[in-house]
Amino acid sequence: MNLLVAVLTLLLLAAVMLVLSAPLRAARRRPDPRSAELDELRAAREAKYREIRDAELDYRTGKLSAEDYAAVDSALRAEALDILNRLSALEDEGGATNVSQ
Amino acid sequence: MAILGSACLLLALGVCVYGIGASLYGVRRGRPEWSESGRRAVYALAGVLTVAFVVLEIAFLRNDFTFNTVADTSSRTTPAFYRAAAVWSSQEGSLLLWAWLMSMWSSLVLFLTRRRMRDVAAYATAILLGFGGFFVSLMVFYANPFVTTTPAPAEGAGLDPLLRFPTMMIHPPMLYSGYTLCIIPFAFGMGALLARRVDAEWIRAIRRFSFAAWLFLGIGIMLGASWSYSELGWGGYWGWDAVENASLMPWLTGTAFLHSLMIQEKRGMLKVWNASLVLATGTLAIMGTFLVRSGILDSIHAFGGQTLGVPFVILIGVMIAGSVYLVVTRRDMLRSEHRLDSLLSRESVFLANNIVLVGLCFVIFWGTYFPLISEALTGKEASVGPPWFDRYTVPLALVLVLLSGIGPVIAWRRATLANARRNFLAPLIAGAGAVLVLLAVGVPGDWKALAMFACAAFALVCVLQEFYRGTRARRAMANESPPAALVALVKRNRRRYGGYIVHIGIAVLFIGVAASSSFQRTIEPTLSVGQSSKVGAYTVRYVKPTATVSPADDAAHTGSTLSLGAVLDVTKNGRHVATLYPSEGFYASDEPSQGSVGSLIGGQPVSHVAMDAGLTRNVWTAIAPDIETPQLKRIVEIGNRTIPFSSPEDGLIALAVLARSYLQHPPPAEFHLIVSPLVMWIWIGGLIVAGGGLIAIWPAPSALRRRATALAGARGRRDRSGDAAQGLAGA
Repeated sequence: MNLLVAVLTLLLLAAVMLVLSAPLRAARRRPDPRSAELDELRAAREAKYREIRDAELDYRTGKLSAEDYAAVDSALRAEALDILNRLSALEDEGGATNVSQ
Repeated sequence: MAILGSACLLLALGVCVYGIGASLYGVRRGRPEWSESGRRAVYALAGVLTVAFVVLEIAFLRNDFTFNTVADTSSRTTPAFYRAAAVWSSQEGSLLLWAWLMSMWSSLVLFLTRRRMRDVAAYATAILLGFGGFFVSLMVFYANPFVTTTPAPAEGAGLDPLLRFPTMMIHPPMLYSGYTLCIIPFAFGMGALLARRVDAEWIRAIRRFSFAAWLFLGIGIMLGASWSYSELGWGGYWGWDAVENASLMPWLTGTAFLHSLMIQEKRGMLKVWNASLVLATGTLAIMGTFLVRSGILDSIHAFGGQTLGVPFVILIGVMIAGSVYLVVTRRDMLRSEHRLDSLLSRESVFLANNIVLVGLCFVIFWGTYFPLISEALTGKEASVGPPWFDRYTVPLALVLVLLSGIGPVIAWRRATLANARRNFLAPLIAGAGAVLVLLAVGVPGDWKALAMFACAAFALVCVLQEFYRGTRARRAMANESPPAALVALVKRNRRRYGGYIVHIGIAVLFIGVAASSSFQRTIEPTLSVGQSSKVGAYTVRYVKPTATVSPADDAAHTGSTLSLGAVLDVTKNGRHVATLYPSEGFYASDEPSQGSVGSLIGGQPVSHVAMDAGLTRNVWTAIAPDIETPQLKRIVEIGNRTIPFSSPEDGLIALAVLARSYLQHPPPAEFHLIVSPLVMWIWIGGLIVAGGGLIAIWPAPSALRRRATALAGARGRRDRSGDAAQGLAGA
């Protein structure tokens, strides 16, 4: 039983070391300096699209008057355009081709 | 195998230390392969702790009493079903469960975010491994579940009878899942402040983790309340017990965070507030864990024996100091991007909702920790009971339910007075109408209950109105049938309508709470066989006694050596309603001084409640049979004198004689009889809340997400290139 426990413990230790060292043994990747900003802009884009949809739903369910909806929708679309332009500029800079992941 | 378990703990500790170092080195030096290795340390921790957990489970299932924790909390007579759950009934086993669940949830979250928020995730990984290392250290140095004693005792002490119920199998894992999930937003919150990235992507990720924590914690709390009501013998579901409160506090701040996070997402406001809330929620979760292990407060939940108070106080101190330091030093990046546009807006309502929720948390915090604070300051013990809590929480709860109706009906950014008047007319009529109808049908005028019914009716109509209008709008756009339109509406707007369903659940739950607590009828008569007692509109007659002997015959399947009970006939206006079988189970103790027969029933007795549950009311009964009559005591004394400890089977024969004597000459028994209206709606409300939460957190199908993104993107590009761009540019 003690031998079995010792073998199991060593196997576990070996497995852990294998898992921990795998990234260190792989080819070293250079981090993309733009990736954080790209991820952020994509998340901001999704959030802004959701806001635009929410505003439309608010209008259609009677929470916003037509005038208020027009003003809110304009503002949101302007903010969305700004995000899209920044995203596009960053992707063009990096040569990325797929905007809508 | 205990050696394997202990080796796993040491290995786990080493993995934590390595992982913290690797993650921090990777993020500080810009070496992603080291951050990746740190993340894999969390996976390795989960794997190693899984092995440790399995070793302990096997020991319990095999009745391996060489393990001290198995000998202390299990026995051969404990049903297998409960032996599996007995793992977490001890301090040591529950620490292992906590660490294991935390490592599993952390692994899942880090896997899901492996390609995103790399800087934030690296810091979060280090913090999560810090927590993992803390809990593993507690096991290694203070409360090791793999400590053994040889030779092993022949029999274990058995599982605490209070824990031998099905809901107790799942209540701790759900609650611990909630607590451990609260640590993840804490870690990502700290990580975001350390990496100086509190942005849209962080919001998207942390919202889902926080929602999961909120959901599991809520389910754990409801299971605990259900256990209290159905299994404990006091007839209530919430006693403002310190540990109950400790689980509710992070749930309240978590609820506040989920709402105010929406404001940050849409308006870039309340960043300091949100950072503080998410860090406070994690800290409160650890404080809840601290309470049951410190021995500082009396509670049915507290682990006896060794206290872990000092390490936890240090951890909590570090969490608070670190949180305050980061929020203060990062306040420049936490400035609001916008101001409140209008008091008549959803932002304002959410702000008010946050104030109420945090106010509730503060009241509960003060009432829970007041005994400790008072004793520290004055040297005298003090306690705060349910009346104190009710005095302050009931008015706040009324406002909360009201706001849960107002919020969905008001638009973001600004709402016009005319729209507000139109949208609130029907709900106001419903609220006032509910009170008038209840008074007209003779419901007593308890102002608190009536106010809650009015607020709940208002909130329900507000939310149902939203579903109606949304379905109508959907039908106008897509020409669908009403059911199809409703389903499509919810599917395409899961966050919004899932949240609305949660609000429905909260209103329903509070209706149940108000009715059951304000209009409950309760009596505690002593009845002989054949006698009746009236409780509310019901008559309860003691028909005859019941008795079972031996764990195998225990009708409640809890392994009691003796169970004495009653058959009760419940009628209303002469019509039979139900037949109930309450009983009290007597369990073996490990006190030899009680004698060979006395020790078979000398453990803590546990009431097995019997109830007739319905949509309009519950009839709840419990019995405390008198086992101390001279006749029954004489049987036990004779058994103690004549039967040796080495013959437990003969001891059961003595108990059979006792049971027969009880059945033939039943003494009067004390009963606890309660009729509570609308209790069932508390559990129904809880299920609705859980269902709404699941809908809100469920990710949209990827095809739908791509289509929505493409559509919105196409509209954006068209607007950029067409005449509409002029209008947008001017906005």
